Amino acid sequence: MILTLVETDLEGAATEVSLEAVTFARDLSAAGNGVPVDAVVIGDVSEELRGDLAAYGVRTVHQVGGDDVAAYSGAGWASAILTVREAAGSVVVLAAGTDRGNELMAHVATRAGASMAANVLTFSGLAPFVVTRQVVGGAALEEMNLHQRPAVFTVAGHAVEAKPADVAGAAEVVAHSPTIAPEDLVARVVSTAEPAPDESGALTAAKVVVGAGRGVGGAEKFDDVLELTGLLGGALGVSRVVTSAGWRPHHEQVGQTGSRISPDLYVPCGISGAIQHWAGCSSAKTILAINSDAEAPMVTRATYAVIGDLHEIVPAINAEIRRRGYVG
Amino acid sequence: MADVPGTARCVVIGAGIVGNSLVHHLARLGWRDIVQLDQGPLPNPGGSTGHASNFIFLTDHSREITDLTLDSVAQYKELGVFTESGGFEVARTEERMEELRRRMSSAKAWGIEAEMVSPEFVQEKVPFLDKDQIVGAFWQPGVGVVDSLRAGTIMREGAVAAGALTTVPNVEVVGLDVEDGRIRRVRTDKGDIEAEYVVIACGVWSPKIGDMAGVSIPLTPAVHQMISVGPCPQLAGQQGEISFPIVRDMDTYCYERQHGADMEVGSYAHRAILMAPEDIPTIEQSKLSPTELPFTEEDFDPQLEQAYELMPELLGADGAEIRYAINGLLSLTCDGAPILGESHVKGLWTASAVWVKEGPGVGRAVAEWMTQGWSEIDVAHSDIARFHEHQKRREHTRLRTTESFIKTYGIIHPNEQYESDRNQRKAPMYDSQEKLGAFFFETAGWERPHWYESNADLVEQYGEAVMPREHEWDSRWWSPIINAEHLRMREAAGVIDLTAFQVFDIEGEGALESVQQTCVAQCDVAVGKVIYTPVLDANGGFRSDLTVMRLGDTHYRVVTGGAHGPADRQWFGDHLVGEATLTERTDDVATIGLWGPKARDILASLTDADVSNEGFPMLSCREIQVATAGGAVTVLASRISYVGELGWELYVAFEDAAALWDALLATGDTHGTRPMGIGVYGTTGRIEKGYRAYGFELDAERSIVEAGMQRPKVKAADFVGRDAYLAQREASPKTVLCTLTVEDHTSASGVKRYMLGGEPILTRDGGTLTDGHGHHPYVTTAGSAPSLGKHVLLAYLPPEQAEIGTELAVSYMEELYPVVVRSVDATALFDPSNERMR
Amino acid sequence: MASVGVLVCVKRVPDITEEVALTEDGQSVDGRRAGFTMSAHEECAVELAVQVAGGSDGEATVLTIGDADAVEQLRNALAVGCTAATHVVGEPFAFGPADVAREIAAVVRDHESAGRSHDLVLLGNDAADSGDFQVGIRLAYELGRPVVNGASTVAVEDTPEGPVVVAVGEGPEGQETYRMPLPAVVTIREGGVEPRYPSVPGRLKAKKIPIEERQPTAEPAGASRVRMTLPPPTPSAVQILGEGPEAAPAVVDVLEKLGVLTPGKVAP
Repeated sequence: MILTLVETDLEGAATEVSLEAVTFARDLSAAGNGVPVDAVVIGDVSEELRGDLAAYGVRTVHQVGGDDVAAYSGAGWASAILTVREAAGSVVVLAAGTDRGNELMAHVATRAGASMAANVLTFSGLAPFVVTRQVVGGAALEEMNLHQRPAVFTVAGHAVEAKPADVAGAAEVVAHSPTIAPEDLVARVVSTAEPAPDESGALTAAKVVVGAGRGVGGAEKFDDVLELTGLLGGALGVSRVVTSAGWRPHHEQVGQTGSRISPDLYVPCGISGAIQHWAGCSSAKTILAINSDAEAPMVTRATYAVIGDLHEIVPAINAEIRRRGYVG
Repeated sequence: MADVPGTARCVVIGAGIVGNSLVHHLARLGWRDIVQLDQGPLPNPGGSTGHASNFIFLTDHSREITDLTLDSVAQYKELGVFTESGGFEVARTEERMEELRRRMSSAKAWGIEAEMVSPEFVQEKVPFLDKDQIVGAFWQPGVGVVDSLRAGTIMREGAVAAGALTTVPNVEVVGLDVEDGRIRRVRTDKGDIEAEYVVIACGVWSPKIGDMAGVSIPLTPAVHQMISVGPCPQLAGQQGEISFPIVRDMDTYCYERQHGADMEVGSYAHRAILMAPEDIPTIEQSKLSPTELPFTEEDFDPQLEQAYELMPELLGADGAEIRYAINGLLSLTCDGAPILGESHVKGLWTASAVWVKEGPGVGRAVAEWMTQGWSEIDVAHSDIARFHEHQKRREHTRLRTTESFIKTYGIIHPNEQYESDRNQRKAPMYDSQEKLGAFFFETAGWERPHWYESNADLVEQYGEAVMPREHEWDSRWWSPIINAEHLRMREAAGVIDLTAFQVFDIEGEGALESVQQTCVAQCDVAVGKVIYTPVLDANGGFRSDLTVMRLGDTHYRVVTGGAHGPADRQWFGDHLVGEATLTERTDDVATIGLWGPKARDILASLTDADVSNEGFPMLSCREIQVATAGGAVTVLASRISYVGELGWELYVAFEDAAALWDALLATGDTHGTRPMGIGVYGTTGRIEKGYRAYGFELDAERSIVEAGMQRPKVKAADFVGRDAYLAQREASPKTVLCTLTVEDHTSASGVKRYMLGGEPILTRDGGTLTDGHGHHPYVTTAGSAPSLGKHVLLAYLPPEQAEIGTELAVSYMEELYPVVVRSVDATALFDPSNERMR
Repeated sequence: MASVGVLVCVKRVPDITEEVALTEDGQSVDGRRAGFTMSAHEECAVELAVQVAGGSDGEATVLTIGDADAVEQLRNALAVGCTAATHVVGEPFAFGPADVAREIAAVVRDHESAGRSHDLVLLGNDAADSGDFQVGIRLAYELGRPVVNGASTVAVEDTPEGPVVVAVGEGPEGQETYRMPLPAVVTIREGGVEPRYPSVPGRLKAKKIPIEERQPTAEPAGASRVRMTLPPPTPSAVQILGEGPEAAPAVVDVLEKLGVLTPGKVAP
């Protein structure tokens, strides 16, 4: 059995990347004589969620509840996942390659005495079970042998497209209320602050992100790109150079050590496209780059590009948007 | 983005300070249809210009480099990108103070405002410097910083605006096509450009591009470490980018340069960190730029400590952090000079190994050179044609720059010899020389005896006549044996190895016309005549001076100095007319000089040939048979002299040279003859005779008239520089080469001091002299004249001082010594009527 | 407050910007041209270690597992305020996450038995090169300590029950706060603190601090790595809309096509 951790959003729906992980699990199942794909959800399982997971071919939805898992703790939640895994006898445990997914799978693997592969893109064989995963922020790949059982890994964002199954699964909900050892609850979230509207939550969820990099040239030179951001109803994302220079706050940083975004449209202005940054924005569906250097990696990797000084181009775009009657 | 054009008159590869200056000056001189390429984006394509510290100290011991720097400063000022800050070179030791006094000499010689100042003076201008760490300083108020990127942009855009230039960034040169010895085409990743001229001006990448055409541009990328510390509260609130003088901490090989609220500390003290041009990362692979490599802290740590010692409060201030640190790449060459000029591939030029402080000056000089065949500032020491084969090896550059890197701020004696990569070329009699205790200097890769320890007994014999020098600096790379050998030559004879001469033959129907139009002297002479001749450029400046032998109707042999030989060979090769070929003979022909009153007796006892004055007159040459222990050998004997004595240059096949050498020494021994070194030939013998030397008295900024070498007539045949020379003869000279003697050597400390060359000539009370070119007189050659018992100086003086008997002074280590003008033309101080040469 | 001993673990990694090169054996990233650094997460971890230890007069020890060159990263941490350093000498790519956790744990235990306690161990959230996301967690299990992952700030508060670690980081639902007793392990994400640059005196002081050198306690089991490869270059399919401000109408045409513009309420 393949056990997939399904993370839910604030509304209780499965996140897109979790559905990608389920899809990956199904592909694995298909290659492995159709071993069943189960999901584990910590928290409530709404009827919509159950329905979605059924559509994705999930056989059983293991719903973990109880006071011990009400607040997040890495060790506690991992303990619960392993309880499910033992009960259901899974040989593979996986999650989406989110911060939390990576953290929980690290706990699960350690507790189970297994290796853990983060950010897997594909698998190339079952015996031995060899996965290819992203390293160096996605700029390089690593083939890794996951020989232990359970095989524990996370699936890199957008490694596969989330697709419902041809044949729906039963998605039978089985409730678990495991008792968690007290030592696994020591490192536990004691309070959660609502994300401020302009913080990174908005950035990762934004459909349009306007990017700003070294080419902007200074903290006082962001008016044009902020105006464009407003006109597009999007969020501002910046490169590491910008936050290191103190021009913008860190929560706006997109990149390997900042937020990873996957908007419909990304408009990087004056960003050359170093690996550190590309690691955070490569999932954008469309990239429209504005850059003075036609050879910059960001330009060559973009869908569209405009070459020139962003401080001339961006105001012209803003004016054109207004001229055509759009307002932000 | 501009596309790569299909054709161009001239393609300039590189858009750093050099390429940008060059396109500006070419456009100014009327060139059109220029295309400039760079692999990187504009305005900073990622080369050395982009990370340069951009400060300019004015005084170098080399006149050529100083003139290029001064011209560059003038250009930067005109572009409005120069900020004067003043600069100190501070000394922590007395030895360094001496070197700074020597810098004062150079500053005076080159006309640069400068002063020796006290630690208190330094601290007043740089309050955060600990004056107790230093003993004094050399202060140049005209030192400043430039914005080299801005300067380059202005110059480039000016050329574009003039309609002369198309610049294409982000294009990589992938090949150079050479056909029939001419450059034809530049191949790029964006298409090919047919071009008449191509200039490689891409700094640390130049060797890689040169290799594409089979042209060696022997520079190496080398690391210069730099850090920036800030913000320093002491510097906060200063207006503009620099408001304190730059400090060069010469004894620790560091500099400290304020940049806004930050202090930049650069170092030349670390080990030489060299790179192959092919190993420079691409723009994509680089974190900052291809020439800003990751900083290697362990190399810098000792310098950091010394910088902290000098400016503890500033560099240790609260909040002052090391925010930027790089291993910046710059270009170094085996002799420290840039690499300029046309390569052996016609139309393929280079302007490489140039720093920001020389950039615009080099741009102008090379543009002039490309346009008219000469430049206002003589850049002969930077001519790419100067390199001998052994110098074109990467290994040579690597070893020499490794040795010299640490000397960037070092105290370098004018006669200092390299230790690395020696023994590249040895004369056939090298073994014998070694046994004789030869002290070898290097010329053109040859190991040449400068004097022989085996002659040490002569020093005893001649006593005070060898003019011993008591000061260590004056006697470094020198020996009283040189003067003893000289005296013995004047008394009996000396035998000297001159194998380092560059020798090449011009043959064919066009041989006469070829040498006629290259040489000033009449070359249409009888077979068997020897001609001494200047060689001029189109402006009437010296390209060389050398001897030519007519060996046959259609056969001339050119003999010139080793150091400048390759450039002379290229010059003759470029001026061949009609059916004429040039054949290199240097490695086939060894040369031995035999001079002195006993020379004729010695030669006569070894040959049946008539060597009497009538049978073998001055300025004639012919083949004779000379007896050696192994039998008779054929020798081309040429009766000339550079030391003012009777004698011959004997040209002999390499394989026979050792036998001839041994025979001359053995026979000479009975006449009191000794082997003698180049110390006599190059200095003492020649200056007693007032003979001029190319590279010292003679260069492209000097004329035959100023050098006092004009003959009564000018030959009718045309030659390069003839019109200019005729005009020079009509005008009164603006400066006159004179011979002076030092009248008193006693310094304030009582130690007798002996000048080595390069010192300024002043009035008796230290006043400045200025000639008609606006130049200040300086010593072009200094040396002992043992037969006169005087220390002799050669110097160009303003015409009004060029009177025999004029009393002047020479400044040496910031003290004045009285000198008197003894000759105002080529008249020798010793044996002026040349009796001894008969 | 009682002094808190902090151990911060850093890794020497290639300082890659645009183009990655691999070593010939495919076992690691070739950083010879790009140079080496520690990851941004670890720079923040070092800064936090210096702040926490300095605030309590405790010792901030920096540790790395790496070859001889990794001393550079230790010196850099010493230059910004760490007070001691331990170098476990080994080829870093031979060590898998479990190996690294075991070696760090051994150092913690050995130091503890020698009287130097590392009450708080800080690590980066993930290494910039191998990206395993697990060393801190494995270390916590080795040491039997609680672990918080991905915190951007960490502080130690005095309470009647003893010192408490307060770690704050971004979670999926907002900013999460953890409170736990010492000893503990926390992995750090960039963003909560501004790492300082070294000062000149700091750098000079760092040179003089002796570095404890030790050998690994066991042969590393490895990372189960078969090989590293580079993804094939994706051919550029960029459509250049134009140069300079003249391209604005073409840009807005694209924005319209993508449907990212909201029709305005007012006429233009």
